Amino acid sequence: MNKPEPPKKQDAGKVLLQELNRSPNNKKDQGRRRRGQTLLIPLLAVVTGLIIGAIFIIFTTESVYAAFGESIGAGLIASWDAVSIAYVSLFEGAVGSPARMISAVQGGDPLTIRRAFNPFLESLVASTPYIFGGLAVALGFRAGVFNIGVEGQLFMGAIFSTYAGYAIKGLPAIIHIPIALLAGALGGAIWGFIPGWLKAKTGGHEVINTIMMNYIAFRISDYLLTGPMKRPDSFNPVSPTIEPSAWLPQFFQSPIRFHLGFFIALGVAYLVYWYLFKTTWGFDLRSVGTNPDAAQYAGMNVTRNIVLAMALSGALAGLAGANEVLGVNHNLAMAFSSGYGFDSIALSLLGNNHPVGVILASLLFGTLRNGATRMQLNAGIPIDIISILQAVILAFIAAPAIIRTIYRLKKPAVEEGGVTIRSWGGQ
Amino acid sequence: MATTTTTFHKHVERVSPVRQRVMGAIFLLLGLIIWFFFTRNLSPETVTSFGLSTANAKTQLSPWIIPTQLALYVLAVICAVMGGYQLARGFQRFTNGALGIVVGLFIFGFLIWAAGGKTMNLVGLFNSTLSKAIPITLGALSGVLCERAGVVNIAIEGMMLMAAMVSALIGSLTHSVWVGLLAGILVGALMALIHGVLSIKYKTNQIISGTVINILATGLTSYISAKFLQVYEDLNNPGIFKPWPIPGLADIPILGEIFFNNNIFVYGMFVFLIVLQIAIFQTKWGLRLRSVGEHPKAADTLGINVFKTRYMAVLLGGMMAGFAGAYFTVGSSGRFDEVMTAGRGFIGLAAMIFGNWTPFGSFGAGVIFGFADSIATRVAILGIPIPSEFLLMAPYVATMIVLAGVIGKGQVPAADGVPYEKE
Repeated sequence: MNKPEPPKKQDAGKVLLQELNRSPNNKKDQGRRRRGQTLLIPLLAVVTGLIIGAIFIIFTTESVYAAFGESIGAGLIASWDAVSIAYVSLFEGAVGSPARMISAVQGGDPLTIRRAFNPFLESLVASTPYIFGGLAVALGFRAGVFNIGVEGQLFMGAIFSTYAGYAIKGLPAIIHIPIALLAGALGGAIWGFIPGWLKAKTGGHEVINTIMMNYIAFRISDYLLTGPMKRPDSFNPVSPTIEPSAWLPQFFQSPIRFHLGFFIALGVAYLVYWYLFKTTWGFDLRSVGTNPDAAQYAGMNVTRNIVLAMALSGALAGLAGANEVLGVNHNLAMAFSSGYGFDSIALSLLGNNHPVGVILASLLFGTLRNGATRMQLNAGIPIDIISILQAVILAFIAAPAIIRTIYRLKKPAVEEGGVTIRSWGGQ
Repeated sequence: MATTTTTFHKHVERVSPVRQRVMGAIFLLLGLIIWFFFTRNLSPETVTSFGLSTANAKTQLSPWIIPTQLALYVLAVICAVMGGYQLARGFQRFTNGALGIVVGLFIFGFLIWAAGGKTMNLVGLFNSTLSKAIPITLGALSGVLCERAGVVNIAIEGMMLMAAMVSALIGSLTHSVWVGLLAGILVGALMALIHGVLSIKYKTNQIISGTVINILATGLTSYISAKFLQVYEDLNNPGIFKPWPIPGLADIPILGEIFFNNNIFVYGMFVFLIVLQIAIFQTKWGLRLRSVGEHPKAADTLGINVFKTRYMAVLLGGMMAGFAGAYFTVGSSGRFDEVMTAGRGFIGLAAMIFGNWTPFGSFGAGVIFGFADSIATRVAILGIPIPSEFLLMAPYVATMIVLAGVIGKGQVPAADGVPYEKE
């Protein structure tokens, strides 16, 4: 009903090109100010998010209220203390203490150096599933489908990967690791394929179907972990330990957990970039995402691309799960993923649905998540502050007009492409 | 408006032979499941005994004894006959009614089978079904309000979670469950306001703004819970609404125990259900609401303020979700635990779809989902050879089947999720 007029047939190619040019990642015709804002708005969103987080910390710290009872000056000092302790320990937990790093490097003892740099490496470990998850959401958005089911696909990936990890025995690592990873990708792909196929064949909206598939996946994992996949000698709902031959190799001795998964994630991000922006298939996929009607007129197979996008997106999400069980946990436990799937939506949008943006946003989110653990210990700020920050950042990214109003930015001549997904009514 | 859509819908029903056959096959399949699966390993002497009153009832009824095998065969035959008739002639416009009857028979057969050779208290089962249906139904009503006005609401979960936390906190601070409930409703409205401003004013994608609310609610509630509620136990002890037996009605056997001896949330749910069903489909207000959800431009041309109507619908929906959320703390458990809504908001969303965007339909779906939930908690006691996880999965699978259009296309508001731009 609010649909734009379907383009005339002879103009289809032209319309399509225009549509694609509206995408912020096309280098041609990109005004300087617009490129500035594509970077500026996410940055300002993150900064504003941190400021709002600081205000929130002040309001929920008891000692601040006590200090304001004495005098306004004392109150301000107490507020500053609360925020600075929180954010300094967040930084130290995420990156490491600069003083400790310098003295470790000067001392020259390799063990001390590794320990000093461990927080940073841990942040990379925490970022890895985010990269896969963010790529999954971004790929979906590029094809015009909203994959809100990353969490469920991640679970399925983890289940498949765990099974391949402990059930196959006696393989050398060089074969076992790829098999286990591919099993994870397959599990996720199946879980993404189903809602994609349902959307293409019956029009059932993928958002509802993926939400439902999330919960189905949780119940399946509950069932498997209390039944068929339960570790025989354990009372807890945990799978058997994965064979060491399927573990993603770690670069340092434990307890430093930095493993190969991070580099695999970077490689996969490059593959996704290449696929989306350098191949004809990727062009088809993006065309279907930007304007399905025009794509249809240009002779592209909309149905196939939607199904393909959901399956690929699911496969990426499945890799996130595989990466966690093969690289970090080495077994599958109940509720092992704490909301990676939903965070992925936020960081994909923060990264402008571009693989490079997703990597940067994942590094930020992983760093925050890792640092928050230390903040909880040192400053008594619950780790959940990260979710609040993520929600605020997501709100600002989704409604850039708010950021423009706060910082008096001019509205760009052409609105950014943003996401073009249809809701279930407007079909 | 109402008449046109209804006639259209009926028209579609009559001319779809595929649907007729699919339905007939479903009826037959259910009959076959009862005949072959449920009657396995039963001796003809086995009886099922249904308890009809709980220990607290004034008039104690003697249990209802049914010969298990015979009853199952009868049910199977009825299902099969209905399936045969559906395949041959079709129930035409009574198809949905026939489906309801067959599903009802199947569930009855399931209960007879599950309790074969044992005793199951039906009143207890229905009581727990109803209490599990409350948050689902209320959440679905919240969705109906928003989506009938054209605003997609996947933030029901987040709104409920926030309301649950706030009503526990405020209820404990003020030592009044009433103030707690009020605070829960207000915070539901506040979350809805965020959703409304993002999606109506800033025209953000409504699914994304719903996700914002969900992440925000999870973060805020877990933060405050970890920082305050778990540290100071006094802040997490709001008390709960006591049941109010309705004089006279509460003493009726069976029905009285199930319906008339509950707390304010159950009565509230029924009141909202009836009021909304009438308001949305029989009043001028409802016509305007639906017109904004179906064709905002036409509504605007006729002088209806689209933005105002949508804000109002979203705020009312938020208050409804707030009421639903308060049920978790001041209505049933009496304390807040992190992420205690555990996906009920999303089941509410499913119930709304299942119930075809109508209040009564949502309630029906809520009861079915609540029933699956309460059976799942009894699986171990009854020794049913189906893992409880599969029963818990059933609502989600059912929703996907409904959405796929197997049982007929739903009446999605046409402008659902489309931001309105005034020209």
